[in-house]
Amino acid sequence: MNFKPVLAAALVAAFCSSTVMAAEPQEVRQQEMKAGGEAFGAMAAIAKGQKPYDAAVVKASLEKLAEVSKDFHNHFPKGSETGYESEASIKIWEDSAGFKAANDKFAADVASVLAALPADQAGVTAAVGTIGANCGACHQTYRVKR
Amino acid sequence: MRLKSVVAGLVVLAAIGAGGGLWLTAPKPLPESHWQALAAPDLGNGERIFNAGGCVSCHAAPGAEGDAKRVLSGGLALKSPFGTFHVPNISPDPKAGIGEWTLAEFGNAMKRGVGRNGEHLYPSFPYGSYARMKDQDIADLYGFMKTLPVSNNIAAPHELGFPFNIRLAVGGWKLLYFNDAPRVELAGADPQVLAGQYLVEGPGHCGECHTPRNALGGFKAGEWLAGGPNPEGEGRIPDITPGSKTMGAWSTDEIAAYLETGFTPDYDSVGGSMVDVQQNMARLKAEDRAAIAAYLKAVPVR
Ligand code: HEC
Ligand code: HEC
Ligand code: HEC
Repeated sequence: MNFKPVLAAALVAAFCSSTVMAAEPQEVRQQEMKAGGEAFGAMAAIAKGQKPYDAAVVKASLEKLAEVSKDFHNHFPKGSETGYESEASIKIWEDSAGFKAANDKFAADVASVLAALPADQAGVTAAVGTIGANCGACHQTYRVKR
Repeated sequence: MRLKSVVAGLVVLAAIGAGGGLWLTAPKPLPESHWQALAAPDLGNGERIFNAGGCVSCHAAPGAEGDAKRVLSGGLALKSPFGTFHVPNISPDPKAGIGEWTLAEFGNAMKRGVGRNGEHLYPSFPYGSYARMKDQDIADLYGFMKTLPVSNNIAAPHELGFPFNIRLAVGGWKLLYFNDAPRVELAGADPQVLAGQYLVEGPGHCGECHTPRNALGGFKAGEWLAGGPNPEGEGRIPDITPGSKTMGAWSTDEIAAYLETGFTPDYDSVGGSMVDVQQNMARLKAEDRAAIAAYLKAVPVR
């Protein structure tokens, strides 16, 4: 019997699943932000009139943002301050209460917009303003370009 | 604002400055007559220059939001390992602020880095850029600033150790690095690019953060807007020339949109000390942001 390919396949499978299952917190949080940015971008395109108002897109984007905003702060354990091209500022760990408050406000703003679900382009424009203010406010203190 | 390297430079230059009353390093205000022939201030243009100049980023009370930012009460502590600068009150209050300053006194602070008592001002106040401003813009700006609310706050004195506490030392820095020549020569540039050059190199003082400095606190030659390590803390200040790994690929419209909204083309958002700058840029007219974007596309690649 030729074990080699079987073994190789098993190793590949193990390797792949381990990166999916146990991704580093730095990667998880960057992935979340990226997905949040894309969802936000879909709404901004409607606000700017580049895309027509589409209730399904708005709802899906807000649900994505809700998911991200509720979970984001869970991915900053001690020891994950740097690495994997993380742009997290050390202030997240120095002032964890302030960071949590910024994240909570983000989550609360997204939740209130989702509950009311903007019904037209004007509504989406207002929502983009409300939610968007959180992005720069948090990045000003808790994120650094490297 | 790059205080570490500026202040480090002062160590060396203290020697030159303290070399004693050398006329070379003495404060050089422009004569009273220089400021007399100007037209009555255009307050609308004054507000535009005020926003382009980002005075609120440093002179508003720390943490002020919204309209409270228009009160230029000072008090922000600009920390450096050599000591702390406490930004002064420049509201029109006659005692605590600059309400009694003449246009010549204000103009000499902005364009010559000379204070009301004829002393050198520290370059943590970015007059090294403001020196490029037009005299009429200075007059308009000063007229506008007189319409802002007063504050009687008196900022604490700077806490700088020897030899940084010697203002004379600034004369050495000025001798080496202070001028009002264009930062880059843009031969044959169109009027829009030139308008952007004025806003970026003068009031906008973008290079104060985006250009790397040498050990004496002067801009490194040939690296205008090339970015570099953040001398005041974590991370890097990005390259904003067309050679930038990130924004080099943005169109002029996308750069202007970033300055207006704070969002990049792929919906990442502005962060760090650029947030205050972007909020000031958002108050400009679209044509001014377009001019800045055109200039950033025209400067040499680094
Ligand atoms: C509570 C703080 C906080 C809020 C609110 C926030 N961000 Fe972030 N964001 C961060 C931090 C921290 C990072 C850096 C994460 C890392 O690299 O480890 C980041 C990174 C990013 C990135 C880069 C992801 C990558 O590919 O590495 C994007 C894009 C982004 N944010 C977009 C947004 C947008 C758009 C919003 C508003 C809808 C937003 N962020 C709101 C904290 C926040
Ligand atoms: C990066 C921070 C920063 C910015 C931006 C800034 N300033 Fe200042 N400014 C300072 C500091 C620090 C001082 C104190 C300098 C000193 O003591 O030598 C100062 C001093 C001054 C003074 C002299 C005040 C005095 O009592 O001697 C004037 C006038 C002034 N600034 C006007 C302005 C105006 C107008 C703007 C906007 C166009 C502006 N500043 C933007 C940091 C800043
Ligand atoms: C107080 C320091 C400071 C000043 C002054 C400043 N910048 Fe910035 N700038 C930064 C920092 C820090 C960043 C990185 C922002 C971030 O973390 O998202 C940045 C980012 C940028 C970017 C985006 C670059 C990229 O690749 O993401 C542009 C464009 C820019 N600045 C243009 C300007 C212009 C134009 C001016 C003058 C009007 C200016 N900046 C003045 C600090 C400054």
